Amino acid sequence: MGAGMQRTLFDKLWDSHVVERLPDGTCVLYIDRHLVHEVTSPQAFEGLRLAGRPVRRPEATIAVVDHNIPTSDRRRGISEPESRLQVETLEKNVAEFGVPYFPVLDPRQGIVHIVGPEQGISLPGMTIVCGDSHTSTHGALGALAFGIGTSEVEHVLATQTLLQRPAKNMLIEVSGRLPLGVTAKDMVLAIIGRIGTAGGTGHVIEYAGEAVRALDMAGRMTVCNMSIEAGARAGLIAPDETTFAYVKGRPYAPAGEAFERAVAYWRTLPADAGAHYDKRVHLDAAGIAPMVTWGTNPEAVVPITGAVPDPDAEADETARAQMRRMLDYMGLSAGQRMTEVPIDVVFIGSCTNGRIEDIRAAAAVARGRRVADGVRALVVAGSGLVKQQAEAEGLDRVLLEAGFEWREPGCSMCLGMNPDKLAPGQRCASTSNRNFEGRQGPGGRTHLVSPAMAAAAALSGRLADVREFV
Amino acid sequence: MDAFTTLTAIAAPLPLGNVDTDKIIPARFLKTIKRTGLGVHLFDTLRYRADGSENPDFVLNQDPYRRAQILIAFENFGCGSSREHAPWALLDFGIRAVIAPDFADIFYNNCFKNGILPVRLPRAVCEQLMADARMGNNARVTIDLARQVVLRPNGEEIGFEIDPFRKHMLLEGLDEIGQTLQHAARIDGFERERQAAQPWLPSLHA
Repeated sequence: MGAGMQRTLFDKLWDSHVVERLPDGTCVLYIDRHLVHEVTSPQAFEGLRLAGRPVRRPEATIAVVDHNIPTSDRRRGISEPESRLQVETLEKNVAEFGVPYFPVLDPRQGIVHIVGPEQGISLPGMTIVCGDSHTSTHGALGALAFGIGTSEVEHVLATQTLLQRPAKNMLIEVSGRLPLGVTAKDMVLAIIGRIGTAGGTGHVIEYAGEAVRALDMAGRMTVCNMSIEAGARAGLIAPDETTFAYVKGRPYAPAGEAFERAVAYWRTLPADAGAHYDKRVHLDAAGIAPMVTWGTNPEAVVPITGAVPDPDAEADETARAQMRRMLDYMGLSAGQRMTEVPIDVVFIGSCTNGRIEDIRAAAAVARGRRVADGVRALVVAGSGLVKQQAEAEGLDRVLLEAGFEWREPGCSMCLGMNPDKLAPGQRCASTSNRNFEGRQGPGGRTHLVSPAMAAAAALSGRLADVREFV
Repeated sequence: MDAFTTLTAIAAPLPLGNVDTDKIIPARFLKTIKRTGLGVHLFDTLRYRADGSENPDFVLNQDPYRRAQILIAFENFGCGSSREHAPWALLDFGIRAVIAPDFADIFYNNCFKNGILPVRLPRAVCEQLMADARMGNNARVTIDLARQVVLRPNGEEIGFEIDPFRKHMLLEGLDEIGQTLQHAARIDGFERERQAAQPWLPSLHA
């Protein structure tokens, strides 16, 4: 990118981290923050050990346990041997390589993508990576953040860099204001419904427009989190006053004069007027309704007022076959109203919707009401600090009195690596990010929704329109 | 990592789009601290019935595809999570190349770190190769990375695109970390300049 050219936010983040440009355009890209968890790191640390390499910058690295840990009382340790081994392996590795770590019983422990922003470990202008595809979450701060595989985890541990080629720029502009009862989750589901699960492949998506600007940081993180479900490795929102106010005072964020210097720099990051985007998409916020998925990938989504689509109306043969397979797996039939679909389980949590604002939204719907008979409803805070905050606000009481379970923080039923999983055939209204076959447990059926919609489903015993509750 | 030069092997047709990483290797099998041994769980939900027996309708449970080293699928292969367990499971089963119209970015990247070649070819070509692959024992497809061609059983050559850097690394079976560490002095310099220009970047040491 030559001097004088108008650059996007992504271009600026990229250019400021290029250590070396190789002849074919591949770059050695500097990484400011490396977040590590127990599932995708053991083989990386083992690789370092075999090659006799140290961790280059342990002070730029932070480790947590999240995927495997039970969300019941953890003081007695982890009973499942394989999960326990993975957690113990992480603890051994962080001790051996000197990597900072929030252990299971530390109140700062939680889902890696909740912990990073919460602690001020993730900041605007940074490059941030983690062996987890939902690293795109941190892009909400105006940082270039993306998921990597375990070989790349090892590469970053050893070199503090990655070999990467620049992505293309995509701008998604959401104009207007979201209607009452419609949230950031509905916005991002509507976006994925529009552009498809591969719509962002090869691109970094920058979200802009009045409706995006109006989101709080929690909402912005929800939107950026699901960029990967549209195929984009990273999502971005330009830092603004909302961002700076969020960052200020966080434990690892710069303070005093250093904070002012940082803000002055962060203000230079938004795209220059006239910067070039390879793709542009526009949505009108006023046209977005509370959304719910009906199929087994996140683009299979409709407004809650809608119905299950008819495969026979699909022209493409492969797409038709895929829709039939989805309906068969989901146990749904074409034309069925979404509000008539009964549910067995509700899951509120995950890196998509496990922040305090999400729990407040669920509790607001649940207050003074009861979970429907036969429905199991779990609320899993994204971190120990989110849980403490919710308890300080009395939200745990509201939810417990309504019949919800109030559990310890972790990834939990988003991917069922711990004991929280669906039984075959069970149907779940979930605030998580993926509705793939078997994602929440073998044979489990997932409907992705916002936290308020999930609470409404829990009270109704079926998928429900939250606007009837507000 | 094993180098990838040319491969002549049985190709298995998997005519599915959006094959996600949970389908390639479900999350419950990620509780390993090793790279090997995942092949038995590759495509677990497609490959096995609820009682644990093999599903005879699934292509990799059929001869000769049990010995397949090439997989042919449709759009957006490998979408979903960043888990490198997906290419590890493919490799452990014996798959060394996947041909599809396009791939999810992280999965595509992860393949190269493990000596697996992902080949992007237009959908019509993938359909043709799937028809070739259905010829059973005669379904041998050759991939020549140096020349960037796929050879159909009838000898027809189909060219494909790949980044020069990735091609070089794969052909030579090179360790990427070793390559990057050749730039160690530049990384040192970059770090010093960055710390001077942005002194607010905090250390995470307690």
